Amino acid sequence: MTLTGIGQILFYLFILLLCVKPLGWYMAKVYRGKYIGLKFLLHPLEKWIYRFCNIRPHQEMHWQQYLFAFLFFNLFGLLLVYALQRLQFYLPLNPQAFPNVPPDLAFNTAASFITNTDWQAYSGESTLSYFTQTTALTVQNFLSAASGMALLIAFIRGITRQNTKDIGNFWVDTIRGILYILLPLALAFSIILTSQGVIQNYKPYEKIHLLQPTTQTEQIIPMGPAASQIAIKQLGTNGGGFFAANSAHPFENPTSTTNFLEMLALLLIPAALCYTYGALVKDKRQGWAILLAMLLIFIPCAGLDYYAEQSKNPQLTSLNLHTNKNMEGKEIRIGVANSSLWATATTASSNGSVNAMLDSFTPLGGLIPLILLHLGGAIFGGVGSGLYQMLLMIIITVFVAGLMVGRTPEYLGKKIEPFEMKMACCAVLITPFIVLLLTAITTLTTSITGTHGFTQILYTFSSMVNNNGSSLQGLDVNTPFYNVLGGIAMLIGRFWIAIPILAIAGSLSQKKNIPATSGTLPTHTLLFILLLISIIIALGALTFFPALALGPIVEHLLFWGNNAHQ
Amino acid sequence: MHTNKKIIKIAIRDALFKLAPQHQIHNPIMFTVYIVSILTTGLFLQAVFSKGDAPANYIFAVSLCLWFTLLFANFAEAMAEGRGKAQAESLKKSRRDIQAKKLSKASRTAKITLVESNELHAGDLVLVEAGDFIPSDGIVIEGVASLNESAITGESAPVIRESGGDRNSVTGGTQVLSDWLIISITANPGETFLDTMIALVEGAKRKKTPNELALTILLTALTLIFLFVCVSLLPFSIYSSIASGTGKVVSITTLVALFVCLAPTTIGGLLSAIGIAGMDRMIQANIIATSGRAVEAAGDIDTLILDKTGTITLGNRQATEFIPAADVTITELADAAQLASLADETPEGRSIVILAKEKYGLRGRSIEELGASFIPFTAETRMSGANLPGRQIRKGAAEAIEAYVKQFSGTIPEFVKKNIETIARKGGTPLVVAEGAKILGVIHLKDIIKGGIRERFARLREMGIKTIMVTGDNPLSAAAIAAEAGVDDFLATATPENKLSLIRRLQAQGHLVAMTGDGTNDAPALAQADVAVAMNTGTQAAKEAGNLIDLDSNPTKIIEVVEIGKQLLMTRGALTTFSIANDIAKYFAIIPAAFAATYPELNALNIMHLATPESAILSAMIFNAIIIIFLIPLALLGVKYKPTTAAKLLRINVLVYGLGGLIVPFIGIKLIDLLLTLI
Repeated sequence: MTLTGIGQILFYLFILLLCVKPLGWYMAKVYRGKYIGLKFLLHPLEKWIYRFCNIRPHQEMHWQQYLFAFLFFNLFGLLLVYALQRLQFYLPLNPQAFPNVPPDLAFNTAASFITNTDWQAYSGESTLSYFTQTTALTVQNFLSAASGMALLIAFIRGITRQNTKDIGNFWVDTIRGILYILLPLALAFSIILTSQGVIQNYKPYEKIHLLQPTTQTEQIIPMGPAASQIAIKQLGTNGGGFFAANSAHPFENPTSTTNFLEMLALLLIPAALCYTYGALVKDKRQGWAILLAMLLIFIPCAGLDYYAEQSKNPQLTSLNLHTNKNMEGKEIRIGVANSSLWATATTASSNGSVNAMLDSFTPLGGLIPLILLHLGGAIFGGVGSGLYQMLLMIIITVFVAGLMVGRTPEYLGKKIEPFEMKMACCAVLITPFIVLLLTAITTLTTSITGTHGFTQILYTFSSMVNNNGSSLQGLDVNTPFYNVLGGIAMLIGRFWIAIPILAIAGSLSQKKNIPATSGTLPTHTLLFILLLISIIIALGALTFFPALALGPIVEHLLFWGNNAHQ
Repeated sequence: MHTNKKIIKIAIRDALFKLAPQHQIHNPIMFTVYIVSILTTGLFLQAVFSKGDAPANYIFAVSLCLWFTLLFANFAEAMAEGRGKAQAESLKKSRRDIQAKKLSKASRTAKITLVESNELHAGDLVLVEAGDFIPSDGIVIEGVASLNESAITGESAPVIRESGGDRNSVTGGTQVLSDWLIISITANPGETFLDTMIALVEGAKRKKTPNELALTILLTALTLIFLFVCVSLLPFSIYSSIASGTGKVVSITTLVALFVCLAPTTIGGLLSAIGIAGMDRMIQANIIATSGRAVEAAGDIDTLILDKTGTITLGNRQATEFIPAADVTITELADAAQLASLADETPEGRSIVILAKEKYGLRGRSIEELGASFIPFTAETRMSGANLPGRQIRKGAAEAIEAYVKQFSGTIPEFVKKNIETIARKGGTPLVVAEGAKILGVIHLKDIIKGGIRERFARLREMGIKTIMVTGDNPLSAAAIAAEAGVDDFLATATPENKLSLIRRLQAQGHLVAMTGDGTNDAPALAQADVAVAMNTGTQAAKEAGNLIDLDSNPTKIIEVVEIGKQLLMTRGALTTFSIANDIAKYFAIIPAAFAATYPELNALNIMHLATPESAILSAMIFNAIIIIFLIPLALLGVKYKPTTAAKLLRINVLVYGLGGLIVPFIGIKLIDLLLTLI
């Protein structure tokens, strides 16, 4: 590890933390219905949308209605994205005349983008038209992010309200999230990106004559409206790149400035939402405590990943090739520190965009992103979805810790009773179950062999079920098997968890608030944070420890034991 | 000690009986262990008779560990039940069949038919006389009698039961010592207090409480997760055996061992024992909980409503000071006060005599020798006193004495009036003493705060529990007592109505309220409170409204109730934490052992340096089973509870059970492994 590298990581964290309070404060205002600054511009538009869509903004919903709206909205999105891909040949803005996307891939991609996963079994520049990219994918990047945030806000209302079944209006929460938070941020960000050289055009692909012709004399350079999609893919924890190489591609991530800003955007909203949470529950310490818990897991992971990638490759040493770091699969202009930091941030948040090829990371360097996936996206996680998964973990921690202080466990004045526990368990059970099930099926049926093959399969399903979207690119996943199974896995990973989340919100909102006394378990202390971290690790990492032992851990031991099987 | 041995003997027998599937299915965690035990036993038989999943002796050892895990869990539950059962036996003895004298109407002379007590129904009228046993629960409608209630309370001092008022309820199984009663039966067969108590101590009627249910859900979820983990390891292992080229697949027996070690069997096995033991601790404290829910709710209480009299103060006021009028000596006043109280049998009166004797050396004299006649207290005059030859001494409330001296054209001097006010302001009761028209001075009667109660309230405050004193006194004296006793708040000039509305108001603010009561007029408030402790001496209405009944009728005991409730929850939490923390060490024991054949490199994870894969797996399993036995005393006695803030409690318990749970198995497994290697 170099001093510059560590310095860059620390600088990144510093800037990220600087943004938490102002953005978090602003988002809290938005979700309270108090618009600042942008009111005169956007309020008429907001009102027009309500009128046009026949939404009564003051009509609140019970949790079942909220859930129905959420599911209906996403089902509509799923069908639309599927249809646009299946019909893209007949639609405009298709200068390369790409054919219609095959059904299994179209289903996988539609499921992927409505679930905020952005798993890409397709290759952007050779499969999708500009029309599909912008109207299907970019639009869903906004919608899936905003609806994830809406769910979080509904959950927070469950905590703060009492004696009511109302947890807000899904349409209002979603529209406000898009209009006042995602659109302005994405607009500003895409303008900055364009200024740095990220392309934004609708031109046909360009044919370029090579300066140093080899067997070939010309190369096709893909074009397209990249900047608008990249801004939201980073901000909305989506991660679906315009080009297959994602942010390793110079048109997506041309300079060190764009690299820094795109990396900042990975964690910007998830981190700031912690502050929003504190503000909305009227106890800022709670928000800071959550952020601290996230950082206490994130920072060691980032450090360890950087350490792993900065070490020499013993396999190359044995071939008398001396390297002092693992540069395979990394952009020279980005370097090890920023590649490993990005890898950690993109898997901690459920973003999944990459600026280096994760498959080429050392076993230990690849283990960290995999563990972060297994922590259920609770460490930063997706916009909205990360924090509500974290709140599930808090509910479970509060339960165990609350018993230890001799009270019926309560969180922020709300009792945690069998119903909440049942729902929380439903939510946390499903991810390991689906990941292990699909990995088991695949290992028994696959033609892939080798220890790393197991890691690749495990990573693939971990990424999809946890709605991350990053991948170990060595595995060819554009097959009907992976497309269909993976598509279903992504839908379950997103929507199965949404049900218990809203059910808990609905149950909590009906409960009375118990005033805090010195007999109440404090949930902002360092001890509680450490306990929370232990529970997250116990539930996330312990579940996958045996699988990891047969994958990256044994790979690591083999790697350093000079005894590679692959 | 002898009874303990007997309990253990019975518990060992019961542990075997409890292996029946219909019993096991009640506990989802242990039921999965039960299923895999049968599976492994099947694998063992397969290995004996044909080619097995693993060497037969290894499978045998694993299945033995599994069955012992189950037996130990059963034993824990049987032990917890054992203590209750012993108590139930003695209670059952009091439920002998009693010949009841059923009356045709509510009169002692009415026609009597003899019926068996178990044929009595609610509404029947029975006569009981000296020497009879009360056939069933009921209300006294006529008569006064002394009863021996030791069968229920363990207290052999006789108690008085009479019709009307707050002492009219009788319990089946108790014995009439003198006189007679006519009782209206209130319970149908099988629903009497004694029946309820027997069922409760036997644990037969035990339903899972909300917290226990929530914990069972969490533990079941964890069990399911680990089940997925272990099942999925089989395909992973098959894949890895090809990937590594060694071709060695993990045995099903090993996966079963891994599963049982990871599943929260420690807490799962002890869960019902903890619940039963919690109820049992209530019974030890002579409190009958009508449901386990009430015991748990006691732990959640954050507001305690306490009656002043009998709980915070001793029942009676006592004279503490004589304050003479300007021209009277203190001895003169003391002498007059004593004379006026010589024949006064009220506690207040007696305390005046004693004060005069102790402080001024005035011996009590016989009222006859002095030729005096005693004037008793009446509601009309509101004074008492004595008429001696030539002297008329009176003592009473200021207004009453003022009216009395007025007839001799006397008044209360300003100086005395000032003293009266001072005493009232301090929360005391001023008694004015007069002889004829002359005011001699004031006696200060004071509420005596029970010893140690202030410290107890301070501890409650630290636990986050607010105390509210309820009294019929005026706000001024109430405030003074409240300040002296150190309660947080008080309700003065209390009536049943404003007591009830106080509870409702507190509950609306989200508080959980506990209170004690014994009178019929307490019943509405008791029914409204979240935890209501009714005194056993109280009325039937109060007992029905309460969810806990204190057989000792000690109003201060509610504080213990809270502590027992908290201890119950803490024990569950602590053992859950311990159980989960144990998994780390077990992983490090089993994973390298299970997959070392596939990938020898994984031996790097064998950080405990366990001897062989078999010994590693068996050590983890033996540890997993034995830890249940080691934790039985903790489950039965509960974790140590010290009243303090939640933050401190958490720190202590996380340190002991969290960190302890992390470290202990590393040591335990290593030690067992060393022992196994020696064998």
